[in-house]
Amino acid sequence: MTNTKVLLDPTSESAPSERTLAVRPKTLTGLTVGLLDISKERGDIFLNRLEEKLTDNGMKVLRFTKPTFTKPAPVDLRYEIASKCDAVIEALAD
Amino acid sequence: MEFNSRQIELAAQEDTYEAMFERLWTDGLPVVPPTAERVRKMLEGTSRLADEIVVSVPPNLIECTVEKIAINAVMAGCKPEFLPVVISALETICTEEFNMHGVLATTMSVGPIFVVNGPVSRDIGMNSGINVLGHGNRANSTIGRAIQLVIHNVGGGGPGGIDRSTLGHMGKQGFCFSENELSSPWPSLAESRGYSSSQNVVTAFTGEGPRLVMDQKSRTPESLIRTLAEHLISTVSSRVVLGMDAMLVLSPEHAARFHEAGWSRDRFLEEITENMMINTDNIIAGSNGIEEGLPAELKEMSLPKFRPGGLLLAQAGGPAGLFSAIIGGWLNGPAGSEPTSKEILL
Repeated sequence: MTNTKVLLDPTSESAPSERTLAVRPKTLTGLTVGLLDISKERGDIFLNRLEEKLTDNGMKVLRFTKPTFTKPAPVDLRYEIASKCDAVIEALAD
Repeated sequence: MEFNSRQIELAAQEDTYEAMFERLWTDGLPVVPPTAERVRKMLEGTSRLADEIVVSVPPNLIECTVEKIAINAVMAGCKPEFLPVVISALETICTEEFNMHGVLATTMSVGPIFVVNGPVSRDIGMNSGINVLGHGNRANSTIGRAIQLVIHNVGGGGPGGIDRSTLGHMGKQGFCFSENELSSPWPSLAESRGYSSSQNVVTAFTGEGPRLVMDQKSRTPESLIRTLAEHLISTVSSRVVLGMDAMLVLSPEHAARFHEAGWSRDRFLEEITENMMINTDNIIAGSNGIEEGLPAELKEMSLPKFRPGGLLLAQAGGPAGLFSAIIGGWLNGPAGSEPTSKEILL
């Protein structure tokens, strides 16, 4: 069966395959912020505290977890975060 | 087989068609997802190797492989047997002579137009009959589209970027047709340019959208040729002479007037040229209250509308209808674009 999820690039490949960064929000008030746990020890402690702070300041928080910190986030996870959140904070705790 | 092109992974939830729009890979219409499987099948349509560099694509002059062309041909909706025509057509326009960069960048409403001659046009099911300059035939529609997608995706030339056309025209989506060779006693466009009838040839011409010429009453070639000449004189501007070419697409019923009277193709072109001599007094700047026109020093002259060879003639169209079509050109010569032909390598 055809896998329509992997496509061959029709361009000259002079631009990065990933699209450019979104415009930075001027304020986070009222926005949905994703918190991405990269699955490293104690990252959750940091993110739990951030969630409290953000929620207290009127933001909606969604939590996500990478399967492993040793590899890039899977494309499905990146798509889910991008489609549900206005901003994302990634915890690089240790 | 291994591909040299980068592989782009999309999320399972992501709409493939929307993702291709977001990545600006399209010409405004949906494209077929270029999966490895489809591209592999497309490459079976040519005897050339996938990694062969065939053209340097303007405007960014990017070296382009057969594989990249195949990817864009998949997206355009081509069948594998169309690929050789797409590749050879790109070879005609990515040249100094044709000047695709200029054709793209001009504010005039022109684009590359392709006429395919020879057995391949019939083998791959191209249309030379009813609605020949319109939609509805897969080969006609997708070959021209694939070429434009290569210019857009590989060359980096898109509307609003290097493409500065004030108005554009729908044929810029892809404009390709074949000539009705078998029912005409006259040599084809390709034969008039030095090829034999058994050769497969693509000819590229820079042109605007087609315009109808109606003459339903002429029963003699002498009358009909005057109608055709009268319309051709106004091509692009009735005040432009010699600087721009045109293509005349003669329909079967109009062509029959000349065939039945025993006119040859050469005689047709000679007589139409004689009927397109222009008295420059009528088109000098300021004449008839119109500021556009020729400089005053060219008054009291008789000039032909087109340079020698500047009127290209193709025969195509449905069997009924006393109409032909004119496709106006762009700046000709070394500063503009020359009509360019090439044999198709299958």
